[in-house]
Amino acid sequence: MRLINRHPDGAGRLLLILLPFALVLFAYFTGSSARLADNPNDKLLPSAVQMTDAVKRMAFTEDKRSGGYLLWQDTASSLQRLGMGLGIAAIIGLCLGIAAGTLPLFSAPLSPLLTVLSMVPPLAILPILFIVFGLGELSKVMLIVIGITPVLARDLEQRAREIPAELLIKAQTLGASTWTLILRVILPQLLPRLLIALRLVLGSAWLFLIAAEAIASTDGLGYRVFLVRRYMAMDVILPYVVWITLLAWLMDLGLKRLTQLAFPWYEGAKA
Amino acid sequence: MSAFIEVRNVWQTYGDQIVLENLNITVAEGEFCTLVGTSGCGKSTFLRLLLGQEVPSKGQILLGGQQLVGEPDASRGVVFQRYSVFPHLSVLNNVALGLELPRSPLLGRLFGRAKRDAREQAAELLKKVGLGHALDKYPTQLSGGMQQRLAIAQALIMQPRVLLLDEPFGALDPGIRKDMHALLLELWRETKLTVFMVTHDLSEGFTLGTRILVFDKVRHDPHAPNAYGARITYDIPLNPDRRATRAAVDALPAHVTGSLHSVYQGA
Repeated sequence: MRLINRHPDGAGRLLLILLPFALVLFAYFTGSSARLADNPNDKLLPSAVQMTDAVKRMAFTEDKRSGGYLLWQDTASSLQRLGMGLGIAAIIGLCLGIAAGTLPLFSAPLSPLLTVLSMVPPLAILPILFIVFGLGELSKVMLIVIGITPVLARDLEQRAREIPAELLIKAQTLGASTWTLILRVILPQLLPRLLIALRLVLGSAWLFLIAAEAIASTDGLGYRVFLVRRYMAMDVILPYVVWITLLAWLMDLGLKRLTQLAFPWYEGAKA
Repeated sequence: MSAFIEVRNVWQTYGDQIVLENLNITVAEGEFCTLVGTSGCGKSTFLRLLLGQEVPSKGQILLGGQQLVGEPDASRGVVFQRYSVFPHLSVLNNVALGLELPRSPLLGRLFGRAKRDAREQAAELLKKVGLGHALDKYPTQLSGGMQQRLAIAQALIMQPRVLLLDEPFGALDPGIRKDMHALLLELWRETKLTVFMVTHDLSEGFTLGTRILVFDKVRHDPHAPNAYGARITYDIPLNPDRRATRAAVDALPAHVTGSLHSVYQGA
């Protein structure tokens, strides 16, 4: 049988999903135990016990200096920044996308501008953000907003253009004005696409968040990772990276479920 | 019967390409015109002109003595071959939308009693076109024929004076098509609707219409295929029995005929 026609069955499928993860973990712990057997003080590849201790210290022990639980504090601040950044970017991106994708008079000046703006590397203008918005929360949120808004806007502009012209004409024959047409036809059809676009930019959003936190912050997941780097505390960094990955994956899953639940009519949500 | 739609010396050109040349017809209110012709001969273009989706390059189209508005509006309903219904709205809301949009310029949405009334009215019309059992379904859950029934109901809820159909049954099975013909004729009989229907199917054009308009190029230059446009080469009255019935109904006094239109005057 040709390879292209062979499909894994239920149990085989699960095995194939878990196999690469198991291989990565096996490789890591083999390397770790080899290095630790060589030198018990080695910091590069900490053992499972060392990492568990670090997690206990960061997540379940009060910090002596601040009196809080660092992992949860870091998570809360990071998620707040990320949520605000994603929320603001989604609203601006949606408005720009609808304007550029639906109204030809707005499309003419907006489309080329968005194309150019989306090419500006956001990290290159991070210093400008720090100068303009200061070192507080605002500049970190703004980095996420500036980083992902053009991408969202361009994607939604494209999606808005893909709405068949027949539907727009039909709405007009049903007595829609430009405003009500956007409100009742364009907007509801773009919302599930917005959620999908958000899933795709989630990775970039985390990147910008951690970059901003690494450079100027006093808490947050990115801040902590870069702080403990000075002590080469791999036993903290690795669990933090796993935690960030888990959070990002859960957000992606949550957005996917939300799309399916809120927009049952949307075909693209099934993928 | 007086002229309801008057097409005067209409030309439609795109750059060098002449699609329609010198169209002149008058159509009385209540006629069922079917438009036939080869592919690319401009019958759909003519429909778009009537719809207001395009403006003629030359000449004018009058609707009830007035110059036609240059953009689609509620006076002309339309059903396309595809993409006629809104995928994000349930069957009921697809039809109720037509009642909500004109009455709520700010939100495009009705609330409370007005909303209930609109939905009841929409449900009544949907039962009539045979979709009473599918009110809460989404269009993607319907078959092609059912979707076109929905599209027709959606257009009729606006009580348009003109209904434009662009190959509405082109993608349907022959059996379903027959049912749709019966439905369309029934709805046409009950209203004063003037219908224009583009079709590829000649027999469909002959069965349904009270008048068939054949589009064709009269002149042809093999070296410049775009130099001449199509005209209406045949304009044939059909189905005299239905024409006569309609004329007789029109001759009756309004208080008698009023009851015939009551289904759509319910709004």
